Amino acid sequence: MSGFLQNTFNGLVGGAFYALLALGLAVIFGMLRVVNFAHGAFYMLGAFGAYVLLAEAGVPFWAALVIMPLALGLLGMVLERAVIHRLTRLDPLYNFLLTFGLTLILQDLVKSRYGVQSSPYATPDELSGTVDFGLFDFPTYRVFILAFTVLLCGAVWWVLGRTRIGMVVRAATERPELTRAFGIDVGKWVTPVFGFGIALAGLAGVLAAPMRAVNPLMGADLIIVVFAVVVIGGLGSIFGSVAAGFGIGLIQAWGEAYLSDYPLVSQTVVFVVMAVVLLWRPAGLFGREEAPA
Amino acid sequence: MTERTELREGREGMPGQHGMTSAVDTPVEKPAPRSGLLAVARAPGWVRYALLAAGLLVALWLPNGLYPAVAVDILCWALFAVSVDLLLGFTGLMSFGHAAFWGTSAYLTGLVAIHAGLPFPAAVLAGALGAALLALPIGYLAVKRTGIYFAMVTLAFAQMVYYVANEWRSVTQGENGLQGVPRAFFGADLTDDYYFYYAILPIVLLGLFAAWRIVHSPFGRVLVGIRDNPARARALGYPVHRYKLTAFVLSGFLAGLGGGLFAVGHRFVSLDVLHWTTSGKAVIVVVLGGIGTLWGGVLGAALVVRLEDWLSFSGFEAIGLVTGGIFVLVVLLFRRGVWGTVAHLARRRAAMRRDRSG
Repeated sequence: MSGFLQNTFNGLVGGAFYALLALGLAVIFGMLRVVNFAHGAFYMLGAFGAYVLLAEAGVPFWAALVIMPLALGLLGMVLERAVIHRLTRLDPLYNFLLTFGLTLILQDLVKSRYGVQSSPYATPDELSGTVDFGLFDFPTYRVFILAFTVLLCGAVWWVLGRTRIGMVVRAATERPELTRAFGIDVGKWVTPVFGFGIALAGLAGVLAAPMRAVNPLMGADLIIVVFAVVVIGGLGSIFGSVAAGFGIGLIQAWGEAYLSDYPLVSQTVVFVVMAVVLLWRPAGLFGREEAPA
Repeated sequence: MTERTELREGREGMPGQHGMTSAVDTPVEKPAPRSGLLAVARAPGWVRYALLAAGLLVALWLPNGLYPAVAVDILCWALFAVSVDLLLGFTGLMSFGHAAFWGTSAYLTGLVAIHAGLPFPAAVLAGALGAALLALPIGYLAVKRTGIYFAMVTLAFAQMVYYVANEWRSVTQGENGLQGVPRAFFGADLTDDYYFYYAILPIVLLGLFAAWRIVHSPFGRVLVGIRDNPARARALGYPVHRYKLTAFVLSGFLAGLGGGLFAVGHRFVSLDVLHWTTSGKAVIVVVLGGIGTLWGGVLGAALVVRLEDWLSFSGFEAIGLVTGGIFVLVVLLFRRGVWGTVAHLARRRAAMRRDRSG
């Protein structure tokens, strides 16, 4: 029993990263209709930034947790203004290609400066050790990630659902023309929302630094899994993306624990789930049917 | 014939639909036909035959002007690009997972050539058929979504194929790759890349001709109709999903043909052939050459392969920086692509001449 609980906990922690990345993707997609391929690259930059800040300037984890999302969010806003903005009126596929190109550039920039080997990042002292849950012990740092992510997702949900800003963003997502007709400047919100989505990816990266290997390619394969996650949850649905993120994390962890002889299972289970969802509910578990093509 | 005119009318009758329904589109304010192919098809006969003859001459000359191994790569990538354009330019579906078919065929071809000792065209055919077979379930699931979702779904399934190949070491040799893929051909000595180029040229030309045939068949016209206005195509009674799936499988076969030849050409297959960067590169080759132009893909392949060879030859290591830079620049500034731009200029000149005489 305690083994099962432990695996479940691990799954939720793994899912927390998917959820944070999927949340950022969904928010950006909702507002700009852009699927940001570079999301994984920004996750990598978050982790790498934290590593460089600590190694070269002695900036601790907690400061990095604030600095990196802000810096990357700013970089995201600059990128949105400079290039992505120019393509939003065209088919979304162009921005997909553009951000794909940006991914290659960002990866190679980091690679040529720091090489491909993984760099270790120490868990901050306050979060080392374990928490005793009665049935099992759990690393404090993982408990922190889970709690932090759940709080953050809850906060985003609250902002979108209960505040005026959230109302504007939701309205602009669903009916941009009508929202504009009410005298609301939709364009004003596009850049900050993009920056916010990028900041979430950077945050996930900083959180991942002490737990996962920090290297230039850490976001590359991850982003494809996150794409599968948002197809499963329904990219248009913010709740769906987060729920699918946690769900896939759980399934992967269970697969890893109980089918450990078949490592392929936990790697590919997300794609199998995606196939099933496409057969059964093509719009995603929580997505709405697209306008008939 | 009637279905052709119906669809073409539909295409021109509802220009407002373009931005919504087709995968990739020039902005709405440019109502000119996007297909460079149409422009060439409307060009006078002698222009078309002259272009074809010039293309064939260049193809025959290529290994004399370039390093033959590079020329072989260009041929393989030309097939790959055309297979992607068949979907992107003529069906309105952007596959971001075509490495799955290219790579699967490369591995299958390699395995057949090593273990069965068949002549290489037979091995390549086996690989391409395997790729088409794989395209069937992936396509069946992927065509349930359109636009950006289609890209994400194909990308995800291709990644799944990558993981499988990575884990299945007993067959694929994992990170070491398949080594020593033979170039058997009835005792002929094809070890020299120069002769190998001429050995695969007929196969590649056949593949390109097949793509051209598909696009110009009634089936191809229906695909274009689906690209421009799926709702209308459905209303006319065309089973849209089945058409898309057929196009997807045909495209998988062509990509497989290229991948198989690539495996024999390099005598080596590594996991790179299945990686998502390979899928992305195929798409950018098409965009660079010109979406929906078919021959643009061939041109794009030549440019990108040549550039990468030059970069690695001059010891430049961060190739991703350049490839990524090409992506960004092409998408921002050069969305018509090389062939599309030339066709556009030719059209404009023709229009000006008409204006002057009229």
